[in-house]
Amino acid sequence: MDNEFFIDSEHLSQKALEKKHRLENDPSSRKNHMEYLPGMEQIESDICKKVIGQMNSYDYSQYTAKDVKAALEHEICTIEDFKALLSPAAEPFLEQMAQKARTETGKHFGNTVYMFTPLYIANYCENYCVYCGFNCYNHIKRMKLSMEQIEHEMKIIADSGMEEILILTGESRAQSDVEYIGEACKLASKYFRMVGLEIYPVNTDEYRYLHECGADYVTVFQETYDADKYETLHLLGHKRVWPYRFDAQERALMGGMRGVAFSALLGLSDFRKDALASALHVYYLQRKYPHAEMSLSCPRLRPIINNDKINPLDVHEKQLCQVICAYRIFLPFVGITVSSRESASFRNGIVKIAATKVSAGVSTGIGDHESKYTGKESDSIEGDEQFEINDDRSFEKMYRDISDEGLQPVLNDYLYV
Amino acid sequence: MDDKLIIGGHEFNSRFILGSGKYSLELIESAVKDAGAEIITLAVRRANTKDQENILDYIPKNVTLLPNTSGARNAQEAVRIARLARELGCGNFVKVEIMRDSKYLLPDNTETIKATEILANDGFVVMPYMYPDLNAARDMVNAGAASIMPLASPIGSNKGLATREFIQILIDEIDLPIIVDAGIGRPSQACEAMEMGAAAIMANTALATAGNLPLMASAFRAAIEAGRKAYLAKPGRVLSRGAAASDPLTGFLRD
Repeated sequence: MDNEFFIDSEHLSQKALEKKHRLENDPSSRKNHMEYLPGMEQIESDICKKVIGQMNSYDYSQYTAKDVKAALEHEICTIEDFKALLSPAAEPFLEQMAQKARTETGKHFGNTVYMFTPLYIANYCENYCVYCGFNCYNHIKRMKLSMEQIEHEMKIIADSGMEEILILTGESRAQSDVEYIGEACKLASKYFRMVGLEIYPVNTDEYRYLHECGADYVTVFQETYDADKYETLHLLGHKRVWPYRFDAQERALMGGMRGVAFSALLGLSDFRKDALASALHVYYLQRKYPHAEMSLSCPRLRPIINNDKINPLDVHEKQLCQVICAYRIFLPFVGITVSSRESASFRNGIVKIAATKVSAGVSTGIGDHESKYTGKESDSIEGDEQFEINDDRSFEKMYRDISDEGLQPVLNDYLYV
Repeated sequence: MDDKLIIGGHEFNSRFILGSGKYSLELIESAVKDAGAEIITLAVRRANTKDQENILDYIPKNVTLLPNTSGARNAQEAVRIARLARELGCGNFVKVEIMRDSKYLLPDNTETIKATEILANDGFVVMPYMYPDLNAARDMVNAGAASIMPLASPIGSNKGLATREFIQILIDEIDLPIIVDAGIGRPSQACEAMEMGAAAIMANTALATAGNLPLMASAFRAAIEAGRKAYLAKPGRVLSRGAAASDPLTGFLRD
């Protein structure tokens, strides 16, 4: 069964509704999602061809228990081994996979778990991505923080003890241009040791500018690596252009960023193929840019404002755990982030196996850190959230919980050089 | 027996150095108390933190801090990190660590030579972490290094002396302390390296991941001391292959 994504808001004009319905029902009314729009930089790269070639030929039903056992025994996990570990045949071996994943995590990261928090500075969006709370047809409270408001939010977060921040925006160049984001990065470098970005994909020179403003890590979720499926979910806007998004991490590295993060949004499409493509995206890019730091996230679909029925379909916690263990075994050196989309109990368990980074004190809304962190009623306007979070633990609680699990919370392991 | 480890004019009794990979208060305490460490490595990027987390506070005052430049991708970045370490009050020792590879974390010898020269001229006691290559090691000596730190195998791998033959060449040819760094997983491997003539051993993961940390720390201490004694004692007749001829081959010589 598929998710029911299409929701009509009563606040939309007749004209807007008509356009929305046309986009939803008539594929010919949508722009070609494989065609670059004016201003989008096109780089020479063979990474996409390699990743998608592997994904298209991946038939996970052909792997057997024998392949999985062999993969678990091999010292080096090959692409073929990884494919076996992601297959349904590996599901009965989840405990063995977790044991192996834990060993690999220990070798590369010891018992450390890094902590960060996201800060949404604007939720304006020009895209119609049917599963996202920020989509331009969803009736929510929109907001863009001023520099004073951003600084206020940052102070509150920094006072909680957090040292790493991830700045996010909705995908609207018109409302949140690169300069606006750059100024936010400059402010962030005053309050935090590490500044990451999760914004709309930009060109190499813009990544270079943002790096100079203090950002050093770029996260871009491809959502799904299946371009045909992507086309049916991202109906309007710049985000619709699939290949420009695919090359974002490479442009970020070319622009001088230290590290990049990747992910598919699990539940949108065939999660096994998306997990394969996500990891191979990392694998091939690491071979091309061996100095770069890489990390993987593993978000699942969540309910949004005005549509509480959205769910990750066949990606249950067991499948998610399988994907994360397979990531760890195949790419022992990469960071793995598990966000507050997952429950506290899942996150407590997965940091002991493979995850190396968790968010805490999370809000996916705009300008609401004061009310969330201090309980103080805010007299200013707040913007609505991108999706519902599951784990709402504060920084202190998360820090304590990680320590209680016998792990070591790390707030910073980074220098901007 | 007066057998000190001398690095950049500083004397140490212990030949165990704690690496920086995986930190905990328990590990540091055990490294000092049970393994006898007098030098502890510190990743500057981890020390670059607010008060509540500062691992500098974990480290006893009587040990020598060895800040490393991990996170540096070239000589210029390593120099900046080393200078920041000095500003943070970490002293003059620095372990130069430059990696352009996020997968195996293998050091870049060429950039390391450049950084060694700049930092040595700047008054640092420079201990370069390197891939065991004789030519690179000689260049580091000429650049002003105070010791040479070849890797035994990739960081965190616990694979032991994978580069044994090349480390032996460095021990034989370089007139500075050779400190074996990275990959030592067991006390027996540490002992073997010391017996070969290594001046000291650096380890972290092997202790950090041990079931009984204090016991493993004391095992390393004993192993390093045993290896050192064996080296100083000069091993006698140990045949690694073949057999000794009972009749001398040169018995035919007359005068």
